[in-house]
Amino acid sequence: MNTLTSWATSAPFADIGPAAAEPVSAGIYAVAPLLVGLPLGSAALLLLLGRRSDRWGHWLGVLASAAAFVVGLLTFLAMLDRDASNRVLDVRVGDWIDAGAFHLSAGMRLDPLSMTFVLLVTFVGTLIHVYSVAYMDHDRDRRRFFAYLNLFVAAMLVLVLADSYLLMFVGWEGVGLASYLLIGFWNHRTPYAVAAKKAFVANRIGDIGLIVALGLMFATFGGVDFTTVLGANMSGVSEATLTGIGLMLLLAACGKSAQFPLQSWLGDAMAGPTPVSALIHAATMVTAGVYLIVRSAPVFDAAPTAQLVVVVVGAITLLFGAIVGCAKDDIKKALAASTMSQIGYMVLAAGLGPVGYAFAIFHLVTHGFFKAGMFLGAGSVMHGMDDQVDMRRFGGLARYMKITYVTFGLGWLAILGVPPFSGFWSKDKIIEAAFIPTDGHTWRAWLFGSVALLGAGITAFYMSRLFFMTFEGERRWSTRTDGSQQHPHEAPALMTWPMIILAIGSAGLGLVLGLGNRFVDWLAPVTGEHEHGEPVLAPGVLVALTLVLVVVGAVLAWRRYAISTVPVIPPVGTALTRAARVDLYQDAVNDALLVEPGQHLTRSLVYVDKTVVDGATVGVGQTTVGLGQLLRKTQTGYVRSYAATMLLGLVVLVATVLVIQS
Amino acid sequence: MSLDNYLVLAAILFSIGAATVLLRRNAIIVFMGVELMLNATNLLLVTFSRLHGQLDGQVLAFFVMVVAAAEVVVGLAIIVSIYRTRRSASVDDVNLLKS
Repeated sequence: MNTLTSWATSAPFADIGPAAAEPVSAGIYAVAPLLVGLPLGSAALLLLLGRRSDRWGHWLGVLASAAAFVVGLLTFLAMLDRDASNRVLDVRVGDWIDAGAFHLSAGMRLDPLSMTFVLLVTFVGTLIHVYSVAYMDHDRDRRRFFAYLNLFVAAMLVLVLADSYLLMFVGWEGVGLASYLLIGFWNHRTPYAVAAKKAFVANRIGDIGLIVALGLMFATFGGVDFTTVLGANMSGVSEATLTGIGLMLLLAACGKSAQFPLQSWLGDAMAGPTPVSALIHAATMVTAGVYLIVRSAPVFDAAPTAQLVVVVVGAITLLFGAIVGCAKDDIKKALAASTMSQIGYMVLAAGLGPVGYAFAIFHLVTHGFFKAGMFLGAGSVMHGMDDQVDMRRFGGLARYMKITYVTFGLGWLAILGVPPFSGFWSKDKIIEAAFIPTDGHTWRAWLFGSVALLGAGITAFYMSRLFFMTFEGERRWSTRTDGSQQHPHEAPALMTWPMIILAIGSAGLGLVLGLGNRFVDWLAPVTGEHEHGEPVLAPGVLVALTLVLVVVGAVLAWRRYAISTVPVIPPVGTALTRAARVDLYQDAVNDALLVEPGQHLTRSLVYVDKTVVDGATVGVGQTTVGLGQLLRKTQTGYVRSYAATMLLGLVVLVATVLVIQS
Repeated sequence: MSLDNYLVLAAILFSIGAATVLLRRNAIIVFMGVELMLNATNLLLVTFSRLHGQLDGQVLAFFVMVVAAAEVVVGLAIIVSIYRTRRSASVDDVNLLKS
């Protein structure tokens, strides 16, 4: 089973292609389905038992997630025992669809890529479950919250473990549903319910892309499982078809990962409870698009046009998110814009082809840690500040919440890319990869490299702005409604420990995984091992340039938001600031381009339906009724009128007979 | 004397009977109109019997009388029954079919 698949030789940079999948069923792999089963069962139990499980439901949720992590860890250790070339495994669960010539079995693809996700999802997920126990302590519906969180974990694991695009689609929809339920968790407030609906609709647009891609794959390759599609001989397929599949997959990724032009939902998704923002809208679900692109690497490798579009989308989104992040005063929305921007980096890396896949996933993992940590930190700040989210109302919190300050600070250093923290190891690699010419196009290397470099500088500015506005400077706290002062306080231990663990990950994970290319080697069975060209600038120069930009960005933020006074009322600002505050008019554009024409279309369709279609059917009925009304008048009920009719009829009959006979 | 006069008389009697049935409201009078029409028919039957020199018409006239006698019994019974329930002998009050 170690033969190279044929596409590898046709890909330009491929030296060793991904290993073929090996079916396994015994040992630890037999319990792998429990990864999905445990959280799914827990979610079902919590939802079915209802209020009866209110007292202990949250602990069951934590337990299910932790158990899934343990199963994932055991599977991971078992996989580490195998040779690197034998680490792509297929666990068959059962037949799913058996219709004539079409067979599809449901199974799990265990390989370094999916195991990376399993560990990230279950580990960060479990920490956030623990955090939520305290964060949602005062909520009446805490049990329901945990049921949805478990549902999300199960769906996300289906998404990453599926061995076919169709099964992945089930998980894909599952995480969309969980995201919808959790954004709208406080749906008694109308704007939150609207935000949930917006996220769902934007995701549906992406889902259409995945469905079309599924159809194209089935028509082209005759199957939708990974072995058939990704192992196919791509040189025998027209490039136009592959480009079509690639673009449709990209549309799906844009919807799920909030990439341009389907990015508008992520900011509003912050309506959900903060742990949800940390788990779903920072660490895991929104990165599913990156997973999709990396998983479909063979398709993208054979469709350079689609790859170019992927890179362009990533570049646009990373600048878009960064610019929006600079102007937002809502701490969660600023973090959401940052997430969008960071996923832009990952998509850009994934679009670069074999040279970038491993770094996209690497950045995804480190981002999962530091961004989840910062979201939990934001939740802790909100917890201490009576659910205030306006950063202009924070300031000087470092003294009052020391643990939050330190953990958030580590996340901040990580996202800035300061060595030796996590972000440095992953983001700098992406910037370096962006500077490597693809197919000999030097202009692309310069363009996308500069965008990535510029993005790093803006990232440093807006993250420092967020950090300084919250923790440094003078107090700008609002007084409570009853006139008393706010008393910021540190969160309980159940909340601080997950933050501490994530902060340790933010600080050290990059070093552990990045040193000696460990992570890239670990992913090699999936992404292949590749030699690539040299970047147009020397790597050392790039690192130095990045650091200079980061320091400049951070110092600018320090001068404006830590030393000088931050006005409580947002100043009018430049035209760019005003545009960034409203997400660069994305909602206005969407409304003008899609929503309003759509409303006009539906209104005119309703009009046509009411006049033409209803007119025809109702008209037939009304004509019949009218005729009946006319005929009814002859039925007087008087015997004499009936008798007269009879007589008249008789006379007419006789007269007719006489006329005929004569 | 021409037999045509009998035919004309029968036609006049039938017309009067039909007009009575159609125009009068009292059930008894209507009933009398029916009888008049029956008798006009009888007269016609007898006249044609004489005209053709056959007895068939006269025999048929007897049958009509018998049936008419029976019909009178049933008809009067119905009228009496209606009168008992509705306190009225007007045929216009018997319009259940309509309402």
